[in-house]
Amino acid sequence: MADITQSIVTTAPAPRRKPIKWGVVSDHAILIIGALVMILPIVIALTTATLPDLQIEKEGLSFAIGDQLDDNTNAALFEQSGFSGAVTGLSMLTNSFILGIGFAVGKIIVGMAAAYAIVYFRLRFGTFAFWIIFTTLLLPLEVRILPSYEVIVGMGLTNTYTGLIVPLIASATATFFFRQFFMSVPEELVEAARIDGAGPVKFFIDILVPLSRTMIAAMFIIMFVFGWNQYLWPTLITTEESMYTLVRGIRQIIQDQEGVNIPEYGRGIMLAMLAMLPPVLIVVFFQSWFVKGLTESDK
Amino acid sequence: MKRAGFRNPWLPILLLVPQLSIIIVFFYWPAAWAIQSSFYLQDPFGFGSTYVGAENYTRLATSVEYRKVAWFTMIYTILVTFLSLGLALLLAVKADKVIRGAKTYRTLLMWVYAVAPPVAGFLGLMFFDQSVGPLTEFFQWFGWDFQLGVGYTDTATAMVMVAVWKQIPVNFIFFLSGLQSIPRSVREAAMIDNGSGTQRFWDITFPLLAPTAFFLLIINITYSLFDTFGVIDTLVKGEPGNNPVTLVYKVFIDGFRGNDLGGSSAQSVVLMVLVLLLTIFQFRLLERRIHYT
Repeated sequence: MADITQSIVTTAPAPRRKPIKWGVVSDHAILIIGALVMILPIVIALTTATLPDLQIEKEGLSFAIGDQLDDNTNAALFEQSGFSGAVTGLSMLTNSFILGIGFAVGKIIVGMAAAYAIVYFRLRFGTFAFWIIFTTLLLPLEVRILPSYEVIVGMGLTNTYTGLIVPLIASATATFFFRQFFMSVPEELVEAARIDGAGPVKFFIDILVPLSRTMIAAMFIIMFVFGWNQYLWPTLITTEESMYTLVRGIRQIIQDQEGVNIPEYGRGIMLAMLAMLPPVLIVVFFQSWFVKGLTESDK
Repeated sequence: MKRAGFRNPWLPILLLVPQLSIIIVFFYWPAAWAIQSSFYLQDPFGFGSTYVGAENYTRLATSVEYRKVAWFTMIYTILVTFLSLGLALLLAVKADKVIRGAKTYRTLLMWVYAVAPPVAGFLGLMFFDQSVGPLTEFFQWFGWDFQLGVGYTDTATAMVMVAVWKQIPVNFIFFLSGLQSIPRSVREAAMIDNGSGTQRFWDITFPLLAPTAFFLLIINITYSLFDTFGVIDTLVKGEPGNNPVTLVYKVFIDGFRGNDLGGSSAQSVVLMVLVLLLTIFQFRLLERRIHYT
């Protein structure tokens, strides 16, 4: 689009000085305002976290930079809080990584296995299985909160990683995503593999998995972010503070700040920053994979 | 299915078992349980339950509070959906147009995707705070005595703003990728036929984006209804009181705080029906979806 506007400008009798293109200026202005709205809350929160809590309480959030960043970061990472004193930023960070990675890996394995069975095997109930997986889209966690909780309590899985991760890893999205990809893999590959005497397991591990590498990476990125950011489920089933994830811990931070004269603003902000840093870094650094995975898996 | 599929009888079953057993244990079983207990009234002291037929549902239908929550949920969903779609579309169109800094803008506008809703809610809590919040101060310039957690509309405003802020990136990503998939030839033809940028957008670009927009419409409605739980929970600090809440939040509160098992289950069933309707609507749209390219 822009190329053409430019070529129109250059074919016109060239003026001495390039006129200011107000259209382009306003485009940039809108984008800059948009970018600022996105980024300013974080910048202000970060500068605020460098101030002592007393000053924050008096003067509010601000751009001023103080010398408390180290202290607040240390407090966020190592200060023990909660009733048991068992919860530190570091322990929540570990739990978040376990949840994020377990969630992503679980969804990929379970989804790939199901997609493989549906696409590559003559199954009488293949379509039926596909529809069962599809129905999970109709039952998001939010509509079955209480009974799901009761099931986990009944199985004695509260405050365990199994209870935290396993119920979440059934995935229509991942299954459809891999099914779509497997369908696009040329038929000749499986024929050739069979002629060479490769069985289904060997074909899967030696041919299909290596072929799916970029798909797996894209899915991993999306699912890691998705898993890391889980809130409702961890809130329900982790009541022991040592099991808290960072995102779950936000609830605790807010409750800690209630009814205190001078809340620990700095520590709270740094914990929130810690809770968003890993997924944000992943999205920023693996942007193209992430966008690919996102736009191709949902459609 | 591939023509040349494997004929191993037990392996595919083994492959499907993990997924299907999770679905049965953690999806079907709880859903069935919710449907069943929506017809029972639980004794508050835990001594069994009695079958009450549709009483839980009639109680919902006549409840003034439930109607208020449903009404708020609808307005909230409409506001969040259209504000975040509109703003994201504007930004995507501009980001698609500019040459200089296109990549930087893209990164800056999409990274918030990775921020968890409760983290966004926590930031909102600080920015709308009565004593330290810069946005509260900003509102006060206009004579608006903004009180988060006290004023109903004030809390609702904060919820909508935080939810929109969090949702713009997803819509932006999809709109931008939709715009970038419009073929060059179409754009150039439009450019020759029609000089006015605005008219070109409404005549050519927008119809071509319609499939993306429909798809996003559903995504955004689902987001507003379900995924903003974290935003709402943090902004009301887990204690809604007189603050506005959405239907999903009410299921949570009634079930876990109110110990109203039957009522909460009936609400769950209402939400299941809502999701079902949304999905049917989505598929009808997909069927009719027109592809120009």
